[in-house]
Amino acid sequence: MPPRPNQCSQLSGDDYAESGRRAPAVQIDDVVVEKGRVRILDGISFTIPAGSITGLLGPSGSGKTTLMRTIVGVQAVRSGTVNVLGRTAGSAALRSSVGYVTQAPSVYGDLTVRENANYFATVLGRGRAEAERAIADVNLTHEADRLVGRMSGGQRSRASLACALLAKPELLVLDEPTVGQDPVLRRELWSQFRALADAGTTVLVSSHVMDEAARCDRLLLVRDGALLAEGTPAALCAAARTNDFEDVFLRLIDAADQKAAA
Amino acid sequence: MSLPATFATTKRILRQLSHDRRSVAMLLVVPSSLLTLVYSMFHNQPGRFDHIGLTLLAVFPFLTMFLITSVSMLRERTSGTLERLFTLPIGKLDLIVGYATAFSGAAILQAGIAGLVAYQLLGLDTAGSPALVVIIALSTAILGVACGLLCSAFARTEFQAVQFLPVVVLPQLLLCGLFVPIDGMATWLGHVADVLPLTHAVSALDAVGSSSDPTAAMWQDLGIVLAFAVGALAAGAATLRRRAA
Repeated sequence: MPPRPNQCSQLSGDDYAESGRRAPAVQIDDVVVEKGRVRILDGISFTIPAGSITGLLGPSGSGKTTLMRTIVGVQAVRSGTVNVLGRTAGSAALRSSVGYVTQAPSVYGDLTVRENANYFATVLGRGRAEAERAIADVNLTHEADRLVGRMSGGQRSRASLACALLAKPELLVLDEPTVGQDPVLRRELWSQFRALADAGTTVLVSSHVMDEAARCDRLLLVRDGALLAEGTPAALCAAARTNDFEDVFLRLIDAADQKAAA
Repeated sequence: MSLPATFATTKRILRQLSHDRRSVAMLLVVPSSLLTLVYSMFHNQPGRFDHIGLTLLAVFPFLTMFLITSVSMLRERTSGTLERLFTLPIGKLDLIVGYATAFSGAAILQAGIAGLVAYQLLGLDTAGSPALVVIIALSTAILGVACGLLCSAFARTEFQAVQFLPVVVLPQLLLCGLFVPIDGMATWLGHVADVLPLTHAVSALDAVGSSSDPTAAMWQDLGIVLAFAVGALAAGAATLRRRAA
């Protein structure tokens, strides 16, 4: 029987150790974000090593999306510093090297997949060849002339992903990219993220699906706008003394609650 | 500003519009049909259509471009595509100029068809050149795009965006001199009418209607309409923030 992907035993942190030699792709220091009176990010700090896949996990409402928006530079920050690829997040120079795919597909529903891809390719200074390749990468070549608005949710988010992939960004920030995708496609997308990371791209992925955590080099567990735990999947499993990722997360949360209560 | 990005944006917006065949059909056919309606309304009052029909040629582009722009810009804001564009190497100006050129292009086509119908079929008669009428129609179209862009910032839903029509467009329509001459209004209201851009567009059209050569006052009115448009575009640009709170 093949090992289940969410078993910690098959994991190793070796790949991550190797990528640690390059300067970190993202450095976040004591970042506070407030929306109205609500504090969304509460002095969070971490680094993301270059050329790796980092998984961002946490319950809904924990600040994952805000954190991603902060990294791509569209979120106003109250205090703290956000450094991306050696520059302040949101710098004009980063706009062609950071790719961002939002949770809701942000493509034009009244355009076809190809028209969307061609538009974003032109904005990014890329050509039609790159647009076509990105469409093929997300398995939409046969649907390329269909209006995005008439497609299924899964196809729409793939169209949105294609428009980010065509930029060949150095840092790719993906907000729940595999939601609504079938298992076969999810596997394909993950092998693509892996290929990108192997080629030097830094990938930051948020997810709710715990078996996807096992496919990351490194995990960031966020809760209530603060970092609960970070490390390789294997290290987190060891710390939580369990082999199952569902449990890792629940146990770390319980441990934090107990600590807070004590 | 990047020309390829601006041009691509213009093309993209026109393409979005072209996929919506019904909207295109209504955009092109409705003004001419309404002009025909108005023509028949004033059937027994010869000469009246020369004033009202002429005025409508500039009112339609303002009205339709305001509606189309505010809804499409609102969609851009709510669908997340605007936020995506802000993470990409495209300037605010590229986006705004892209919108302005795309919808002005559509407006020229609209005004062209309406003008053709008015002059050729309905016997509209102006002392000045029809080309000037198209230029003034274009200026009100740009004004409509600019106001739509600005108002979309204050709407969260398409319902709200459409509600701005009675707020922004209707008062201008009532006060522009189409229904009653401004001289006949209460003095204070006349002053209000004087500072509304559509009033100047109508006054420019009146000048085209009555004098064979473009007058200095006409160019001044046209300049005021365009100044309002530029002001609204700048204010609209200020509502486009790369970083949201």
